Amino acid sequence: MSVTLQGFRRTGKSSEGSKRTAIEETRTDKIFLTGVRIMLWLALIVVSVPIIYIVANSFSSASAVSAGRVLLWPVEPSIKAYQQAFSDPLIMKGYLNSFIYAIGGTLISVTLTIAIAYPLSRRTFYGRNVIMSLLIFTMLFSGGLIPTYLVVQDMGLLNTRWAMVIPSAIGVWQVIIARTFFRSTIPDELYEAATIDGAGDLRFLWSIVLPLSKPVIAVIALMYAIFQWNSYFDALIYLKDPGLYPLQIVLRNVLILNTLTGSTTANNLAQQLEQQQLANVLKYALIVISSLPVLVIYPFVARHFTKGVMVGAVKG
Amino acid sequence: MSATYEVRDSESSAAPPTPAPAKVVTRTPLPRPSQWTQARRSLRRHWQLYLLVIVPLAYFVIFKYIPISNAVIAFKNYSPIKGPWGSDWVGLKNFELFFQNPVFWTLVKNTFILAAYTVLASFPIPIILAIALNEIRNGRFKKLVQLVTYAPYFISTVVVVSMTILVLSPRLGFVNDAIGLFGVPAVDFLGNPDYFRHIYVWSDVWQTTGYSAVIYLAALAGIDPALHESARIDGASRLQRIRNVDLPGIMPTAVIILILGVGNIMSIGFEKAFLLQNPLNQSHAEIIATYVYKTGLLNADFSMATAIGLFNSVVNLVLLVVVNFVAKRITGNGLWS
Repeated sequence: MSVTLQGFRRTGKSSEGSKRTAIEETRTDKIFLTGVRIMLWLALIVVSVPIIYIVANSFSSASAVSAGRVLLWPVEPSIKAYQQAFSDPLIMKGYLNSFIYAIGGTLISVTLTIAIAYPLSRRTFYGRNVIMSLLIFTMLFSGGLIPTYLVVQDMGLLNTRWAMVIPSAIGVWQVIIARTFFRSTIPDELYEAATIDGAGDLRFLWSIVLPLSKPVIAVIALMYAIFQWNSYFDALIYLKDPGLYPLQIVLRNVLILNTLTGSTTANNLAQQLEQQQLANVLKYALIVISSLPVLVIYPFVARHFTKGVMVGAVKG
Repeated sequence: MSATYEVRDSESSAAPPTPAPAKVVTRTPLPRPSQWTQARRSLRRHWQLYLLVIVPLAYFVIFKYIPISNAVIAFKNYSPIKGPWGSDWVGLKNFELFFQNPVFWTLVKNTFILAAYTVLASFPIPIILAIALNEIRNGRFKKLVQLVTYAPYFISTVVVVSMTILVLSPRLGFVNDAIGLFGVPAVDFLGNPDYFRHIYVWSDVWQTTGYSAVIYLAALAGIDPALHESARIDGASRLQRIRNVDLPGIMPTAVIILILGVGNIMSIGFEKAFLLQNPLNQSHAEIIATYVYKTGLLNADFSMATAIGLFNSVVNLVLLVVVNFVAKRITGNGLWS
């Protein structure tokens, strides 16, 4: 928590300025401020109510959820849906796959991003402007879905785990963020000093630049990890084997297409109804389970995210 | 740092060196070596850097530039055996077929309206939120609002769509419960094409407002406090200061975000439209991106799908260039010069 609080302090500067003159607040300004406060409360409610509603439902009993009796607090508290979710082989497999893709993909992406961003940040790297323009052009124009699909197919990546991490390995945005960071924080003098001590470019990158660049590496790593965790499009078009599906695809099947996982073992109507009701709660629980990893790390990332975006936007 | 190293560095650099420090003035300016000499010198001295970029460059060539060359199949009758370049040319046949297809205008209209609506709704709201947050003195409340409104940005599209479906569900969702209090019968929001655009846009606003507001907040923090102070001395009210200090201050940021928004107008997200689609709302929900997916991957008509995708990319690029040009003319700010 404290991390975030610190992070947002930066943006609060101008309001601190008005603190000194608080006494001078005129009546119109007071009315105005009340209006502002009401508006912010509304924003808070509009954003949080759907989230609270989902969480409350996920912890309620199946019959209460199916009757629509849950609003913002669990009714007849129960964790049955969570037990069901965690014992479902498809969901757990999806969870595991998503972790594999997020961790593996992030490792590959960060390595490749630094490998191109660092040389691009060096003035002595000949052709860096041409390469940068080539990268930026890919942001503006792409061959499209099918031509990319054909490449992935030709590379033999279809229906393999690699299809999840290779075709989207490098983000141009992340390259710009990393390059800007290197350029603005690693002085040329440092390189010259290292050369005198006999370090080559790679040695300098490894022993001096990388340790100094931990903040930016953390930012781009988290960006890639969250992106990878949340993505489902690549899986939708490149994967066919359900054993390789990431969590988002499993979620889509359960939540949107309404395909229930597991087999229906119900042999009488009452049991069938119960399973039907549990399937409803399961949806809410799944939403919570799948968003939890991201929402837990988000408060720590938020500040860096913003900073990264600003660096990229201002100096890119 | 001795002068020798200054000289060495500027020799091998491609760009002219930064304004030379006083001590370098003593050396006689060397004639600038030719481009090739510079390149060769740089390659010899910094071969390790060139080694580093090989793999990332290969990535961009393989996954970004080969697809662009593969897009040639838009003008061909693609045959998997002959490959993209070996297939037979058909000229503009695919494009003609697409333009004559009755679905063409529906697709363009759906895509355009959806995107324009998204830009219109999601442009002003974050600005309002940022300015409101900027006016508030209570630090803790302000941080709470920021933290909460920012959170949905990190939730996946699949989850946001699922939440939308659950919340709007005619039988279980609380939205129908709420309007039920006023005696309105339950509405099947997702089954009615008329609601599709509103659902798409407002769930988008719900998800991205907090994130976009943070960008504006940073811009607001960058405004010189002296401007606010002198305005206050002149007796400006808070509202007047917002209009005459804050708004002009965040203008450059706003213009860039608007350009990006308009520039993306035709490449509006496949993911969400696809997930929100169902047979009932198809007439408004089918956009170019989802149609490309269905034509290409579900019906395996690779050439046609590529032609549609290419049409979309070109329109998009032209839009971006035009909008950037107009924005530069009007406000002096743009993405590139």
